[in-house]
Amino acid sequence: MVCNADEGEPGTFKDRVVFTEVPDLLFEGMTVAGYAVGASEGIVYLRAEYEYLLPGLLEVLDRRRRLGLLGRNICGKEGFDFDVRIQMGAGSYVCGEESSLLESAEGRRGAPRTRPPFPVTRGYRNQPTALNNAETLCCAARILAKGADWFAAQGTRDSTGTKLLSVSGDCARPGTYEVEFGLSVNKLLALVGADEAAAVQVGGPSGTCVAPKDFGRKICYEDLSTGGSVMVFGPGRDMLEVVRDFTEFFAEESCGWCAPCRVGTEVLLRMLDEIRDGRGTQDHLYRMMQLGDTVKACSRCGLGQTAVNPFLTTLRNMRDIYTERLSAHEYVPRLDLKKAVAFSEELAGHRSEVKEE
Amino acid sequence: MKKFTFVLNGRDVEALEGQSILEAADGAGVYIPRLCYHKDLLPGGHCRVCSVKVNGKVANACTMPAADWMVVDTDTEELNEYRRLIIELLFVEGNHFCPICEKSGDCELQALAYKFGMTAPLWPTLSKNPPVDASHPDVFIDRNRCVLCGRCVRASRERDGKSVFGLEGRGIRTRIALDSLDGLGMTALGRNDAAATICPTGSLVLKRVGFTTPYGARAYDKAPIGSEIEKKEE
Repeated sequence: MVCNADEGEPGTFKDRVVFTEVPDLLFEGMTVAGYAVGASEGIVYLRAEYEYLLPGLLEVLDRRRRLGLLGRNICGKEGFDFDVRIQMGAGSYVCGEESSLLESAEGRRGAPRTRPPFPVTRGYRNQPTALNNAETLCCAARILAKGADWFAAQGTRDSTGTKLLSVSGDCARPGTYEVEFGLSVNKLLALVGADEAAAVQVGGPSGTCVAPKDFGRKICYEDLSTGGSVMVFGPGRDMLEVVRDFTEFFAEESCGWCAPCRVGTEVLLRMLDEIRDGRGTQDHLYRMMQLGDTVKACSRCGLGQTAVNPFLTTLRNMRDIYTERLSAHEYVPRLDLKKAVAFSEELAGHRSEVKEE
Repeated sequence: MKKFTFVLNGRDVEALEGQSILEAADGAGVYIPRLCYHKDLLPGGHCRVCSVKVNGKVANACTMPAADWMVVDTDTEELNEYRRLIIELLFVEGNHFCPICEKSGDCELQALAYKFGMTAPLWPTLSKNPPVDASHPDVFIDRNRCVLCGRCVRASRERDGKSVFGLEGRGIRTRIALDSLDGLGMTALGRNDAAATICPTGSLVLKRVGFTTPYGARAYDKAPIGSEIEKKEE
């Protein structure tokens, strides 16, 4: 039974609230899950940046052991053995992907495994492994305490229950919110005090960038799906710069295993830079869309499959941020001729005639 | 092993339990383009050139086990666009200068570029111009031509019982690492190792035999890549 506590999506900090405010709920959920699947070993894979939370979490585990809530014959129930250890991550985003997480937990390079087999068949040390997010495990504990009907009565038909959202950016009241699934972006913005939002990134960089015309959309699996990160951008923000930064993040975090993600994210970043610098053309947008579709369709894991979302969703929702920066020329050469001949000029000891545009 | 059938490009084909889609297709005489896959090695899933559609969803043919519920398409315009684009990306990632490369004509990357009609360099070039390592008496490694298919890594482990090669670095800085910091010459690599000749491009090459077979008389000069598998169909 593994808990994915490697929350690494930029803009997400909801699990941190769980670890600091209600760690018992998480461990209770893990214990319940361990009982359900017949596991005796629980591992929390904690993101490297949360190392400062480790002493507090270890104390909670010790207390639970003393109270008979972890260890052998839990709550006096014969044969119900379960304990939890905490495995620190080493700071890689892709280790939030379940199979990379397991590779890393076993002490290897954090890169995804070939799937299938999925972790439930062959996971940690080749054993069947149930792997869930911290929030899911907390839900499991609460469902057992309060009943399935209580849980199912909340949210929408296909997304029952509540969702923790970490809201950041240009708003008056950033923080972690527990909301019912189905909340519209508009209502969320009112809740956090962001009346003038120009764009909202729902689901972090790998999610969807929502423009004001779509603020009526709902946060739930059947509409705007999210792991919990919500970033609000005010009217003063340069969204092209935002897309560029997100893309740079994914290029940086790509594990390099598969070609579309490794090369595609880097090429997309270079072309975004070209557009930013006024050296992009209509042709750029067409090619970058083709590139985005390929990286999305063919990449090996969720990182590559979503790394192009910042570009693709803004190209659909707010095309202006690109078109207003395109060069008026039909073609802008990548080769800077003057720069290219500079070295030869130096060698030859005389200057070349390079015609100005 | 249990036999079953699944639908491949509109017709029923037979497969053995445990076979990947790619292996089953090979057996049926249907060529699925591939680069990092090698029949003597475990699949790596690096290049994604063998992406196919399984019941409408893209899947990687060399790592996905075939199953009786599958309806697989391997040769659609959409898939071939993906493949060409991935090959174009591999060309700009490295520095692939075919006219002077000793692998030209035997190079799987070049052969795939021809097959998918790659014409001009459309993407920004990323090459970092890494130095050639010629310290080994019989083999050299030129990372300018490396596509990070991982074949040498797998061959050294699986076939040669060594661990000469590995992957290091992340993202675009990923590169083939050696088990010696002092160059290929100080590794356990031998001239007759599977790893020494399994490279699909001109990245890992035997010395002194590069032009034994002249340009024009090489494998893909005679027949396009994949025809050795397609031929079986008749």
